[in-house]
Order: sequence, then structure tokens, then C-alpha cells
Amino acid sequence: MGTQTAHPTAPGTPGAHHERDLLRLATAGSVDDGKSTLIGRLLYDTKSVLADQLAAVERASQARGGDAVDLALLTDGLRAEREQGITIDVAYRYFSTATRAFVLADTPGHVQYTRNMVTGASTAELAIVLVDARHGVVQQTRRHAALAALLRVPHVVLAVNKMDLVDYSQEAFTAIAEEFSAYAAQLGVTAVRAIPVSALAGDNVVERSPRMPWHTGPTLLEHLEQVPVHRDAAAEPFRFPVQYVIRPRTAEHPDYRGYAGRISSGSVRVGDEVATVPGGGRSRVAGIDTFDGPLAEAHAPRSVTLRLEDDVDVARGDMLVAAHPETTVGTDLAGTVCWLAQAPGAPGARVLVRTGTRTVRGVLQEVGPLLDVDTLRLEPASGPLALNAIARVRLHLAEPVLLDEFADHRRTGTFLLIDPLDGATLAAGMVGRSPLAGSLEAVGRCREQ
Amino acid sequence: MRVAPMTSTTSIPAPSAPTGGAAPPPALTQLDVLESEAVHIFREVAGELERPVLLFSGGKDSIVMLHLARKAFWPAPVPFPVMHVDTGHNFPEVIAYRDDVVARLRLRLVVASVQDAIDEGRVRELPGGSRNPLQTIPLLDAITTHRFDAVFGGGRRDEEKARAKERVFSLRDAHGQWDPRRQRPELWDLYNGRHSPGEHVRVFPLSNWTELDVWRYIEREQIELPPIYYAHERDVFSRDGMWLAAGDWGGPRPDEPVARRTVRYRTVGDMSCTGAVDSTARTVADVILEVAASRLTERGATRADDRASEAAMEDRKREGYF
Repeated sequence: MGTQTAHPTAPGTPGAHHERDLLRLATAGSVDDGKSTLIGRLLYDTKSVLADQLAAVERASQARGGDAVDLALLTDGLRAEREQGITIDVAYRYFSTATRAFVLADTPGHVQYTRNMVTGASTAELAIVLVDARHGVVQQTRRHAALAALLRVPHVVLAVNKMDLVDYSQEAFTAIAEEFSAYAAQLGVTAVRAIPVSALAGDNVVERSPRMPWHTGPTLLEHLEQVPVHRDAAAEPFRFPVQYVIRPRTAEHPDYRGYAGRISSGSVRVGDEVATVPGGGRSRVAGIDTFDGPLAEAHAPRSVTLRLEDDVDVARGDMLVAAHPETTVGTDLAGTVCWLAQAPGAPGARVLVRTGTRTVRGVLQEVGPLLDVDTLRLEPASGPLALNAIARVRLHLAEPVLLDEFADHRRTGTFLLIDPLDGATLAAGMVGRSPLAGSLEAVGRCREQ
Repeated sequence: MRVAPMTSTTSIPAPSAPTGGAAPPPALTQLDVLESEAVHIFREVAGELERPVLLFSGGKDSIVMLHLARKAFWPAPVPFPVMHVDTGHNFPEVIAYRDDVVARLRLRLVVASVQDAIDEGRVRELPGGSRNPLQTIPLLDAITTHRFDAVFGGGRRDEEKARAKERVFSLRDAHGQWDPRRQRPELWDLYNGRHSPGEHVRVFPLSNWTELDVWRYIEREQIELPPIYYAHERDVFSRDGMWLAAGDWGGPRPDEPVARRTVRYRTVGDMSCTGAVDSTARTVADVILEVAASRLTERGATRADDRASEAAMEDRKREGYF
């Protein structure tokens, strides 16, 4: 670098060197449940709110005639929302502790809840489902639990809020926790942690509450810090969607050919045998390259560049996968979609199907049955799919793609449907047998009785 | 920018690296995950879109972006040009830095000049002299002229409330406008950059980074920055509660006394509205300690134009500002 620039890093300087990891989480709940206040409390008590933001909230709180600072105002983003007092879209919040950084997808409970929660939950490792202690498990709670289960969010937290309004009653909390856990278990969600909190008063969010000595479990933040975030790469099959072929053709690297991508699942070592999908070629990994030097092994979700021993035909849209076990490749895609667009989805519609880095043409052959997230029953489709519908679909594709079952492959068993005319994202899809349909139907029948 | 091998987290395994059944490789840290995510975003754009460009102001966020772009395509060069929206009120240190980086990395530089736009009558100078709001038109003109279909920006969701809902791939119409209700839901890591002719996407590889993450990454990667980011002596005067640099752009007025202070900048922008803060932080580590202890967000502390109203950023985003 030239003499104009400073390079003031003193080697070995202390501070800020503790290595944190990252947890992505989503919240579900309505304004009435105190979700914005809960998030405001997490931000405020982890000292993630800075003075000028706080001053703006204090001014706004006073302007509305409130006497206390309204923490919910910290998270209300757009002017239209502030005026209407609602949240209309997924917003992302950031806070951190000494050991972990958090990316929180804040999804609204009322308006377009399905579309927004499905979006927020798609990348989340943990979902916080919020209930009001006075009302317990209600329709919306079951709906949020169902969507978390549908998206296979690995960890679910039930935050029983407003404990101050039920006199911090252990009995009230236990009854709600037991009802929810039993319901979640039927959905296949076993990792549920229930925590009694008061977001308004700050009980058990970050600080342990002296008013609920009977709660011996962690506070919400303690739990968020303890949940394991590292997937077991050894237990997952290797999946590597090729994003881009790197061919420098420079004097220094005249013949270099590397496949750039991010490992979606599993791990890869130099010498591993890999297969190309959908081409079916086979080769071995000759090198794992990064800007910072070669690696002997890499695992999800690291971005790397792979070189292969053989000159196989690989381009963007292809996937490199573990040679064993065999993968399923095909042109008939059965799956579950959440319809995200205002434009309806009718049988016969021509769409683009995006999975991994591959985009192919397809036809929406069959639509339905629909999953009713309120009754948890499957209903026959009575017409085109509408915004927020969740339905089984069958697609016929013009070219083969990797068909990883979403139930076993939370990263690669996903797809988007895209409007070929205007490029709009129409639907989010999960490949394979619906991980929930059977059990949901059973739950629905149980509740009827 | 990168001057020494990184030693902390991306260690190169020894030849005797453990084989099956031995300990797994070390877990990725938060910065590793953010880096891999940004690299993935750069590669998605290069794979899906025809004519990307990277907005490069010489500010720390754009410098980190360029560093990540180099990582994404190594050993090939960065496969797209960089664009500087030049207000004409530049810190000389930043322009020197820009020109040095462009020459060293053999980048193609596109300059969208606010001064040219004023001279040609496409925009009018504002009373008060701030040129930040004037950047929109030269930016959009350059996007149209060069037919860019993807524009990388350094925006982060933690910067400002209106940005908390921004997508990684943000669709803009032919007027560069952002319509919050028309933004596409983003699921998993399946980004959708499709657009109609004349439209483009703004892409934000640093969406999930905080200011502190950027600084910690600068430290880890030993990335050099323009020297104005570190404490130095400068002639400044006070306006709207900030220290503005005395310079050719028009300040100070006769009633604004100039004083020499030890300051640094937290953002780089137009000299007329980018404020310095009192600071003695002379190293990256000093800055990290200062940022970690800071009671002001960087936009709130140093950007006069964000203070105009609570919804200022939302309004400017609708108009096609970054």
C-alpha cells in the first residue's frame, strides 16, 4: 500500500479477540403478545441500543403522551408502520454477548403472517414463540408452532410473557408450558424450552427474576447463548452447489479451473470422491482453495473453491455431492409450497424452478391439498393457490435437478418458484413428502374429538 | 489492502491433519460465517447478472466489500468495475487511497461526478452546500449509461431503522426507487436477482454485519484504511453539534470559529456533512474499544442529513439513494 495510507495495527494488541459464534433466530407473535417489547428488551438489556436511538425513542414516547420509554418503538421501522402501529414485514435485529452474536428475524404476527414467518424461519436455527400468560396457547400459537415445524427449525422456545399480569404464578406457567409441549411433540418438535418472562418489567429476559424463584431454568438470553449452533458436519452428506467457475487465464494461473461455491451441508476433504449432479460424472477433489491458502478439509457453511482431478463438465447450476450414498435426480418434483405472491398459482402455470444454483423451467401440474394451519387439516384445493396458502404440489421440470428430501436436507431440499415474466418470487418450496402432512392431519383429527 | 497472512482463524492444516474419527475442524466463528455469506453473495451476483458494479467510496464498508470480492474470485481478478459517486467535496486522503487501490488491483474505476451533473444542469446545488442528497441523480445516470444491472452497496441493516427491512437483493425500478411493498421475500440462501430491462438490483453483502463486526474484521484481516479513520490533528469548526472540517467546500461561515482538535472520522462522505468525533484512537484496536464503548451509532454521530427527520432515510431510499 502506498505511503498515503495508515496501517496502525499493533501486533498482539489485546481486546475484542474473544471468538464468538453466530445464532440466527426468528420471533413469532403478535403486537398484543408484547413481541416488540420483548425484542426491545433483548436489545436494551444487552446494551445493543445506542444513545441516539434511545433518545429518539424517548422523544417519540413523550410525543405520544407515554410516561415510560416504549421499548417497542425501538423496532418499529417504517413510517407507515409507526403511523398504523403495526409491523408489516420481516425486520432483522442484531445483538451480541461476549460469546455469541445473534441475527434475529422479527416477523409480524398478524398481517401476512405466513409469508413473513416462513421467510424469517427459513434461515433460523431457533424460533421464539410468544404467548400472553393470561391467554395461554391460542390459535395463533398453534399456527406459529406448525410453521416452525414445517420449516424444520431445530429449536423452539416458548416465551410465556406478561407473567407480571398473572402474579408470577407458577401454576399458570406450567399449565401453558405443558399444553404447548404436548402440542409441539405431535408436530415432531421435541426441543422445546419454556421460559416465564415479563418483557415489560425485564423478568427472565436477560436478568434473572427475583419474583419467580421457582423458575430454575435459564433466562431467555442464557438459553439463546447455550443452544448448540454447530451442525454435525460429519453426519450430513456433502452438498456443494457450484456458483461460478473461476478461470483466471492469467500468466500466473494460465490453466487454473476452480469451482466456487459455499458448502451447503457436510464436509469435504482433499482426495474425496465426488459426483456431479445432474451430469453423473465422478472425480476426486484435488484441492480446496481459498484466498488465505489451501485447506485439507472444509465444512458447511464455508465458501471455498474446489479443484477436481479430472476434466469433468461442471458449470453453474451443477452440484458436487458425496459419491455415496446415491442421490435422487429427476424431473418430477413433489413437494410442499408456501405461496408468497398476490398473483394466484393455478394448475398448468408455467414457472421457473430455482433449487441450489440451478434454475429450470417447469409446469405446476397439480395443486393441493391445502394445509389449513388453523385447523391443521388437509383440505382439497378448490381453486388456484392464494397468498399465504400452504399446499402440496407436483411440478414437471424441463431438466433434471437434485431431489433431496427437505426432511433430511434442510438446506438443499428447498426451491423457489419464480414468475418467468416479471421475475417475482411466487412460492417457497420444500422437496418431498410433506414432513408434517401426516402428523398434522392426525393432530387435526385429535383436536376434533 | 491485505498486507500479511492471516493467522487467527483460517489456519492451514498441517500435512498430518487428523483423519477419520479424529477431532472435527474448528467451528466457524461469527466472522468466518459472515465472510462466507458475503463471498457467497458476490458469487451469486457474478453468476446470475450481466453487468455488476461495486460502489466504492473509500469508506471502510466499501473497502471491506472490495476485500471480500477479491476473496470471492481469487485467483482471478475481481470481475467487475468499481464506481465512485464523487461529490466533489472529498477528503484528499480518501481520493489518494482510492487511486492507489485501483492502480494496485488493476480495477476499472467509473466516476459518477456530482460536479459534472451540476455543470451540465442535471442537478442544482442546495442551499447550505450539502451534496449528499445530490448523489442520487449522478448515480442513476451512471447506472443507465453503463447499463449496470447489479450495484453492490455497503449498507448494513444495523445502521438505521429503515434499513432493518432491506433485502440482500433489493429490486429497484428504472428510477432507482425502492418500494418496500414490492420487495421479494428472501428464503434460505436462494437469492432472486431477476429484473425487467431498465431495472436493477442493489446488493448488500454486508447486510448482516454490525459496525463492530466490520472493525473486528478489519483488524483480523489487517486491512488498511484511509488515515482519517484514526485520530489525527485537524482544523475543525462546530455545526449542528458535529465537528466539520474546514475546507474548500464552503465552511466555515464567519461566525463559526475554527479550532485545532484531535479527531477521527467514523464514516467517509461529503466533507460538508460528515462530522468528525473527538478521539484518541490511533490503532484498529483503539477504535474497536472506542466503538464497543460508544454511546452513539455511526450515522447518528456523524451524518447531518440523517437528522432532518425520523423518516429521513426511508424517504431517501424511496428516491433511489443507496
